[in-house]
Amino acid sequence: MSGAVEDAVLILGARSDIARACAQRLARAGHPLMLAARDAATLAGDAEDLKLRHGVAVTCHDFDALATGDHAAFLDALPELPEIALCAVGLMGDQAESQRDPAAAIRVLRSNFEGPAVVLSLLAERFEARGSGTIVGISSVAGERGRASNYVYGAAKAGFTAWLSGLRNRFGRGPVRVITVLPGFVATSMTEGMDLPARLTAQPEEVAEAVYRAIRHRRDVVWVRPVWRVIMAIIRALPEPIFKKTRL
Amino acid sequence: MTALAGWGRYPRIDCAIAAPRDEAALAALIARGGAIARGMGRAYGDSALSATNTISMRHFKRFRAFDPATGVLEAEAGVTLAEIIETFLPRGWFPLVTPGTKFVSLGGAIAADVHGKNHHGAGSFGACVEWIELMGADGAVARATRDDDRFRWTLGGMGLTGVILRAAIRLQPVASGWIAQTTLPAPDLAAAIEAFEANMDAPYSVAWIDCATSGAARGRSLVMLGRHAAPEALPRAARRDPFAVPRRRLRRLPIDLPSGALNPLTLRAFNAAYWWAGARRAGAALVDWDRYFYPLDAIEGWNRLYGRRGFVQFQCALPLPAAREGLDALLRTIAARGAGSFLAVLKRFGAQEGRLSFPMEGYTLALDFPCNRESLNLMQTLDRITADHGGRFYLAKDARLDAATLHATDPRWSDFAEMRRRTGLAEAFASAQSRRLAL
Repeated sequence: MSGAVEDAVLILGARSDIARACAQRLARAGHPLMLAARDAATLAGDAEDLKLRHGVAVTCHDFDALATGDHAAFLDALPELPEIALCAVGLMGDQAESQRDPAAAIRVLRSNFEGPAVVLSLLAERFEARGSGTIVGISSVAGERGRASNYVYGAAKAGFTAWLSGLRNRFGRGPVRVITVLPGFVATSMTEGMDLPARLTAQPEEVAEAVYRAIRHRRDVVWVRPVWRVIMAIIRALPEPIFKKTRL
Repeated sequence: MTALAGWGRYPRIDCAIAAPRDEAALAALIARGGAIARGMGRAYGDSALSATNTISMRHFKRFRAFDPATGVLEAEAGVTLAEIIETFLPRGWFPLVTPGTKFVSLGGAIAADVHGKNHHGAGSFGACVEWIELMGADGAVARATRDDDRFRWTLGGMGLTGVILRAAIRLQPVASGWIAQTTLPAPDLAAAIEAFEANMDAPYSVAWIDCATSGAARGRSLVMLGRHAAPEALPRAARRDPFAVPRRRLRRLPIDLPSGALNPLTLRAFNAAYWWAGARRAGAALVDWDRYFYPLDAIEGWNRLYGRRGFVQFQCALPLPAAREGLDALLRTIAARGAGSFLAVLKRFGAQEGRLSFPMEGYTLALDFPCNRESLNLMQTLDRITADHGGRFYLAKDARLDAATLHATDPRWSDFAEMRRRTGLAEAFASAQSRRLAL
């Protein structure tokens, strides 16, 4: 059953700050880890740190979320099929650039939606065949309603959230569990230099704790800071004629 | 720009601060000049503040290697002693030297060459450092070993010789997470010194000293000796896992106390109560490592005790032959002004080791004052007394010393400043403190 400490965890997009914090939290609980990202050699320092601190096995694997054609081979080459897969792949991009440059918009859409959906689909098939597995997707509150300030990113995350929801519904009676994590603002390299309100901004460690507890307590959808649930409920409830005139 | 301060919350300076994630980003920051690295911000004054270029090392915090045969740990500069203890104490290892808080970074401990309760036997932090990897003004990274000139200038060099990236330190093997503590009440300063001198073989020794009381009891102290306890000395329940200790509840000082809360009356009352409580509990006790080494870490934000204006710490070292007379003069002056602090610390030092190390064979006295004009005036008097007795000052605690006093009492800093000018380090690396003290 997913959640036991000996269960191996695959972390996709392992270089992100949220992924790194999750790796620390899960290794602290005793989980062996497979870290996957582009240029896996640069993950060696993190892997050594995790091994030294927590005494767990850690391996590093090359993974390019956009190279969707290679995803099946990537999974087949892993030392074992993980019990838990955490997808922290994401790219904020620059909204203005995404509006101007189709190539930039495509990169944002593919990084946040297509890539994660493809690799998690393949994992879901394998988990179903085995009869167990947990999928954790880091999505975003930005997907709750498209806003002028980041709708390309938001649309991709909306797609990913809907996709996770559908997958969870498909496996409503098992054997695969699906967890959607909605972090809100997080102080990471993605948001560095942005002027974020402190009360709405979580640290990566907070997201990691939420992820860990969601795995433990078999949650479906996790709002890392509950205030975001209220904020997004209000934003979603605004009638379109009013919403379209706001600047949010 | 972000308003930053040291642990004493004085001075508070608007600083440009950046937190690089890799060496390339760090090198680009250093190239701007006037850079100072900042770890946990536990230096009391302005050691880790640069208005134009403060570099937070919080993203450099990975363990790199550990050799269980020798106890040598390689880690990045942002790793804290708390993390080292959390990871390695359960395996039977403890830092060889630790200051009074575990929330210091490895880089900060090296830069300030911090000392602990075992200085008289083990030396300062430098004693456990095998090598340091530094990024220089040109962005190049080089390893300095104990014999290198660069190593000697960096240990205690307050981050002014480059940015410490990584280091290897030797941990000490310990048999448990417990300290066998003996408390010796000393009714006056002479008795306190006697107790230190009679117990030079105790691995750890430190005294809380009452600096609010004058007259015959001036300098009365609780001298606390300690050694790592053997598992056999532990109660049966603790023997099963000698490294597990009761988890302390973290308390938090939620608000700034009004600046007047510390006054001569409350100080005298607190110090008297502390003395009587301590004297009654005199004798042997078993104390876990956290409460023994880091009593104040249990109160998060204890630095708010002194109110919004912050506090300044005075710490000097006096050479052994002049120590008694010098301490007596310092205590007399402090008590006469009705000043003093809740936590004044007296400690016997062993010999100086590092080129820039603060400790010297003799005694050190450390105490806090609320930051106000009277305190700053009083501290200038204390500076003079220290200078008259051949003493010196600890830069990790300093926020207000003047350059002339520093260079007159401690010519090593003049050599340091000269070296920095000669090698171009002076332009590349600077802190508010280095500017104030002409380093």
